Amino acid sequence: MSWYYIEGILIQSCYTLLIVLGLSILTGYTGMFSFGHAGFVCIGAYVSVLCTMGFGLPYWLALLIAGLTAMVFGAGLGKITLGLKGDYFCIATLGVGEAIRLIFNNLNLNLNIGGKSFILDGAKGIASIPLHTTFPIALVIVVFFLTATALLMKSKHGRNMLAVREDELAAQMCGINTFRSKMLAMCMSALYAGIAGGMLAHYFGYLQPKMFLMTKSTEYTIMVIFGGMGSITGSVLGTVLLCALPELLRAVGDWRLVFYGLAVIVIMIVRPKGLMGGKEITDLKWFKAIVRLFKGKKKEQQPPPDEGEKPGEEAQA
Amino acid sequence: MDLQYYLQQLVNGICLGGMYALMSVGYSLVYSIMSFSNFAHGGVIMVGAYVGYFALTALNVPFWIAFLLCGVGSGILAIIIERLVYSPLRKRRAPSLYFIISAMGASIFLENFVIATIDGTPRNYPTLFSNSITIGSISLGVDSLLMIVVSAVSLLILMFIIQKTKIGLAIRACAYNEKAGTLMGINSSLVIFVVFLMGGVLAGFAGMLYGMRFIVKPTIGQVTNKSFVAAVFGGLGSLPGAIIGSLLLGIMEIFVASQNSMLRDLFVYALLILVLIIKPSGLMGKVVEDKA
Repeated sequence: MSWYYIEGILIQSCYTLLIVLGLSILTGYTGMFSFGHAGFVCIGAYVSVLCTMGFGLPYWLALLIAGLTAMVFGAGLGKITLGLKGDYFCIATLGVGEAIRLIFNNLNLNLNIGGKSFILDGAKGIASIPLHTTFPIALVIVVFFLTATALLMKSKHGRNMLAVREDELAAQMCGINTFRSKMLAMCMSALYAGIAGGMLAHYFGYLQPKMFLMTKSTEYTIMVIFGGMGSITGSVLGTVLLCALPELLRAVGDWRLVFYGLAVIVIMIVRPKGLMGGKEITDLKWFKAIVRLFKGKKKEQQPPPDEGEKPGEEAQA
Repeated sequence: MDLQYYLQQLVNGICLGGMYALMSVGYSLVYSIMSFSNFAHGGVIMVGAYVGYFALTALNVPFWIAFLLCGVGSGILAIIIERLVYSPLRKRRAPSLYFIISAMGASIFLENFVIATIDGTPRNYPTLFSNSITIGSISLGVDSLLMIVVSAVSLLILMFIIQKTKIGLAIRACAYNEKAGTLMGINSSLVIFVVFLMGGVLAGFAGMLYGMRFIVKPTIGQVTNKSFVAAVFGGLGSLPGAIIGSLLLGIMEIFVASQNSMLRDLFVYALLILVLIIKPSGLMGKVVEDKA
């Protein structure tokens, strides 16, 4: 297996992880299920390509603009749909995700900016996008956002989101502005998805609307659930297991997605909490033991840590 | 001339809407009892279409037998899915979103199972009815006529079962309040069984009709999603709503397509978003109160 191939898988895992992290904020921490996240990725991808190919902007700026555009869009969508309850929110995101894809499917652009022509041809999409996404860049971006997410979740806003997930009414009673918390989650996850979309576009080198089908959105949600809702470690694990592993198992061919579907059903039945069950790697006993080993015996006297936050089992939407 | 054109489109729309109705009542029936959107229904419809295809090509059975086989096959599949996938979740009283995720998983499974075992290439049904009837100035293919008749008859039978029989009464009671229904001695497992069976059989019929009219392929989820939109449009959980919503959606879709065929899918999802913003309970759905 060549490095080129492995690098490809790693890059794919990186941007998928970014999407899943964003979705984890929305679904895992705030408890709102989205089946239209591929739509945000789609917006990010197209906007970033427009920036680099059309306006000749540098790659990092294009990613930033892509993320912000998706975020603005997410905010607008949140304004409209966040009032919807449970199932209806899911259905709305599903509709929006598909609608975005279909808009790009019907969009024909032939821009001429400063002598450069930029052609977007509906279902045929865009070809020969410059390949800017390399593994080191992708890794740096992902680690940055991983840290950002961890910090966000430790902050007041993150705690508010958890409260909204556990019981929205009770959270409201405690004086949490639940709408604002949900909106923040929505914006953050759209931002992540937009940036990941830009990375995706500049990795593949071409874009077609059919890369953002509803099944993609479902896959992202499944990765969050699979890893365990409300756990960043779980999101990483879920992404790596469900994104990289199937790539390595290309040999099984068409059966790959059959097992994928089966795995989802089995995990829903057997371990609905997901692999990590709402815990972080830093909560695990063996991890603590290793940390203690490295730090010497100074911390031996520490009182036993309490069980941490309640695992996100059976979280309400 | 103009009127004739519109009448023709109207008939086409009713034809499409009838097929949507067969599909969307499956979504609505399950939603009315179990309050979740059963996305595996699309897979059941797809399998029904394949059963019809193989019955016609490999077994060489006449149309009506193939048609019944579709219903039986899809009905059994729907029940198997209920027993294996939803029943464990039901026993644990898991929140509805877990059902949706499982349903998505089942849908991915079915779609790719068909791709892996059969293959992903679209297939054409053998031509069954090629002649058409002309009523006044509207020409109507026999297959279209059959679609309308079959949809109407199956839906009438369904409505009869729901409204006039004892199990229908039980279904209505459970749709109103499952807990109270169980307390009144209704076997809710049986109700769920019947609901999935009926939804599955109609899904099989719809799959066959779809295959006859268009093509069979593993990814007909695009179409079944539209029938789901129809169910939401009519009001999730309401049977008359699903039927009326489907007919309206079918007619509107055909008219949009006759103006600009590119926009037909976009129109459907735009309608979905619009409905959710303006009136999430749809045309005839009951208003769900947040019991938090």
